[in-house]
Amino acid sequence: MTGLQMPKVQKSIISNRDKIISDIRKIIRKENVLSHEDEIRPYETDALTAYRQMPLLVALPETVEEVSEILKYCNANKIKVVPRGAGTGLTGGSLPLEDCVLLSMGKFNKILEVDFKNKCVVAQPCVTNLSITQAVEDKNFYYAPDPSSQLACSIGGNVSTNSGGVHSLKYGATTNNLLGIQMVLMDGTITRFGGKTLDSEGYDFLGLMTGSEGLLGVITEVTVKILKTPENVKAALVGFPSIEDAGRCVSEIIAEGIIPAGMEIMDKALTKATNDFSKAGYPIDAEAMMIIELDGTESEVSELIQRIESIANKNNCSSIKINKSKEERLKFWAGRKAAFPACGVLAPDYLCMDGSIPRGKLAEVLKEITRLSKKYNLPVANAFHAGDGNLHPLIMFDANDKESLRKTEEFGAEILKYCVKVGGALTGEHGVGIEKRELMCEAFNNNDIQQQLNIKVALDPNSLLNPGKVYPILRKCAEEGRVHVHGGKTKFPDLPRF
Amino acid sequence: MEEKQNFQTYLDFNQTVLKPKTENEISEVVRECYKKNIPLEINGSKSKNKIGKNFQTEKTLDMSSYSGIIDYKPEELYIKAKAGTSLEIINNALEKNNQQLAFEPTDFGCLFSGKKNLGTIGGVMACNFAGPRRFKVGSVRDHVLGFKGINGKGEIIKSGGTVVKNVTGYDLSKILSGSFGTLAVLSEIAVKVLPKSPCNKTLVIDNPHIKKALEYLNLALSSSSDCSGGVFYPEIFRNYFSLNDLTIKGALTAIRIEGPAKSVDKRIEKLMKEINVNSKEVSILEPEQSNVFWKNTQNLNVFSATKSNLLRIVSPPSETFDLIQKLKKFDIKYFIDWGGNLVWLEINKVSPKILREITDIVRSAKGYLTVIKIEEHLKAQIDIFAIDSIKYKITEKIKKSFDPRRILNPGKMYIGI
Repeated sequence: MTGLQMPKVQKSIISNRDKIISDIRKIIRKENVLSHEDEIRPYETDALTAYRQMPLLVALPETVEEVSEILKYCNANKIKVVPRGAGTGLTGGSLPLEDCVLLSMGKFNKILEVDFKNKCVVAQPCVTNLSITQAVEDKNFYYAPDPSSQLACSIGGNVSTNSGGVHSLKYGATTNNLLGIQMVLMDGTITRFGGKTLDSEGYDFLGLMTGSEGLLGVITEVTVKILKTPENVKAALVGFPSIEDAGRCVSEIIAEGIIPAGMEIMDKALTKATNDFSKAGYPIDAEAMMIIELDGTESEVSELIQRIESIANKNNCSSIKINKSKEERLKFWAGRKAAFPACGVLAPDYLCMDGSIPRGKLAEVLKEITRLSKKYNLPVANAFHAGDGNLHPLIMFDANDKESLRKTEEFGAEILKYCVKVGGALTGEHGVGIEKRELMCEAFNNNDIQQQLNIKVALDPNSLLNPGKVYPILRKCAEEGRVHVHGGKTKFPDLPRF
Repeated sequence: MEEKQNFQTYLDFNQTVLKPKTENEISEVVRECYKKNIPLEINGSKSKNKIGKNFQTEKTLDMSSYSGIIDYKPEELYIKAKAGTSLEIINNALEKNNQQLAFEPTDFGCLFSGKKNLGTIGGVMACNFAGPRRFKVGSVRDHVLGFKGINGKGEIIKSGGTVVKNVTGYDLSKILSGSFGTLAVLSEIAVKVLPKSPCNKTLVIDNPHIKKALEYLNLALSSSSDCSGGVFYPEIFRNYFSLNDLTIKGALTAIRIEGPAKSVDKRIEKLMKEINVNSKEVSILEPEQSNVFWKNTQNLNVFSATKSNLLRIVSPPSETFDLIQKLKKFDIKYFIDWGGNLVWLEINKVSPKILREITDIVRSAKGYLTVIKIEEHLKAQIDIFAIDSIKYKITEKIKKSFDPRRILNPGKMYIGI
């Protein structure tokens, strides 16, 4: 926990551990309270593995009433609570505290209702993102937001971080695909926001809770809308002689009134690394490579793909390949999805950043990243969700070399600050957690942050729910913000990260 | 005059109506009101100010002078404007680039005065009422990328930005959307814009039955035809639509398809097969007439300058049929929008008792009700916006976190908020 201040540990809570364990065992089944070191070790970190902390205990409630009783008990006894879904978050959002009850929602893992008439699915929060689609795909429906970790990440966690995916430009992030949640507040209040209706009465609490990173309440049920699977999907794999050409192509596609389902750009370094790793057949001589995916009805897709081809040609593309089969299209993506592990081969460590920028600033931002790469003498590769402006630079370094680590951290922080400077955001889809907490002052001033803290205090006056996350404890700007991966080993090495 | 000297702007605080021209002036007005505990009514162009409860304030903050587009980047798909900017100005700018606000904000001017009044962008966000395309593209709140505003202490606050992907901190754009000026005075708003479709046509089915209409709408929304409008008008409204392409005589079940021209034709053809209707049972509205049809729907033209009361009921589509059957015992006229998710209900005679009864019916259908237009004398006795006791308590806490002295539109949404 290098230099990152966390909330003060309450010694009295630590010394009272046995009593707290026995009290919570009166609320939920004994075996659902984990207290032995070996049992709680798996909960010491999420996918930001550089940060680890054992909690006081782990509670695994099975019903909303149990969640409510635990929170009531903790609220009355001023015990901190850290909620946790699948633990795939990249920013330390569910990192335990020494004196906290780690509230694992792992037992809330059932789909409660599939409702085709109202085109929605009601699920418990620890159901994985992908299994929602799997529950409805036989009727040709799907759930649109597709974070790369969708195989393992939980739908409740998706709500907490407002997860995106590669198709956000056309289909939005979690917040745009969510109809309702059941939530328990820190004082034990059980409530519902939204339901099966579009929009809801009164203040939009559903919108406020989405992306609140577990600071305002614990999600116990989720209702998401499902969409009809597009009749046809086509992708183009395009190479460009310069980043500028690729950037201009993106702008012209949008200006032409086309909203593709996904547009991905990789720079030369990443294209080469990925191709070496996955033999994806990418144009390795190109300075930038782009995957453009279109979906919709057959007639629409075939008309638009022709227009995309002509826009790409107009912007000096060096190669263009349009998939002839589903397998070929999946191959285009398979390479892209292997981008992060491919970097793991190039260097002992890499840091993955998650900035958001205006699409038109891509060339400028990449130029700055190249300048910084030279300044710090560290190689970098870039992946970019060009459709929605989400940039993932991967800085390669060796963590065994302390100086290299320090330089990498500085480099990463400079990138994120530059994203904000050009009109973007600190985080597009990973969330703030503890990772970007100290950079919040780059995006917000004191009034902005104070207003957000006022909301927190309104619902959790003692600041017991997931404290120390998202908002800086001392409101000053530090220089941290990264995902640290050592030797290519992430917490979930099998999950694609893109 | 002493007042004015303390006040660092050119605004005369002794006036009842204050028309700030800068963000600092707005902030100073609110700060002054906060200090002196003076309640404020916030207005834009007053297109929707009759929605909500009546409440008494000493001062009115007229935002209409705080107007103008700040930044419009068609290629970045956003427009940023001062809150008092009229929607007409915004639409004109977007039109030049063949773009639009895809959520189709309703022109409530028709309803309240029979005259066009699209309102301001601030009002559109504050009320969060989206038009027919809602079920496909989302509501106003789904299109707001970021905002600046002044909370109840007079502090300038902001959230979000101009990029679509942004998960930095709480998403305050959402909680401000639909808060009817009770949390903060909006000053700047960045909204996502989208390209207009090159073509749109509307399939209108000759069918008098609401049950069948809801089935058609459900099938259309569940099909891969990707429709962007679905509405049912009972026969009583037929005369409101005098369109050459519309050969059907009675009730109208209409489904809109948008996209490239060739694709629109193919999708309509396919949709007709999917919902099992033949060419004798349908009219197809060509783009120009289709536009008129949906503009009328978006702006509630069938209720233009109505003297009756108007309710907006949102329900899960599976419940809409039963809901309407239960409501038929009252003196009502209705049409169904959002492909079965939304009912606009005109009700002739209404009393607090009748409204309570309707509210219960809507609640048992797991929907919610907003009173849009009602006889003024009834406003004090009824709920305009639905709420339960748990959410009221949470609402109270959130209100306090933004506006601790309850000076911004106090009581407009709920008594005590």
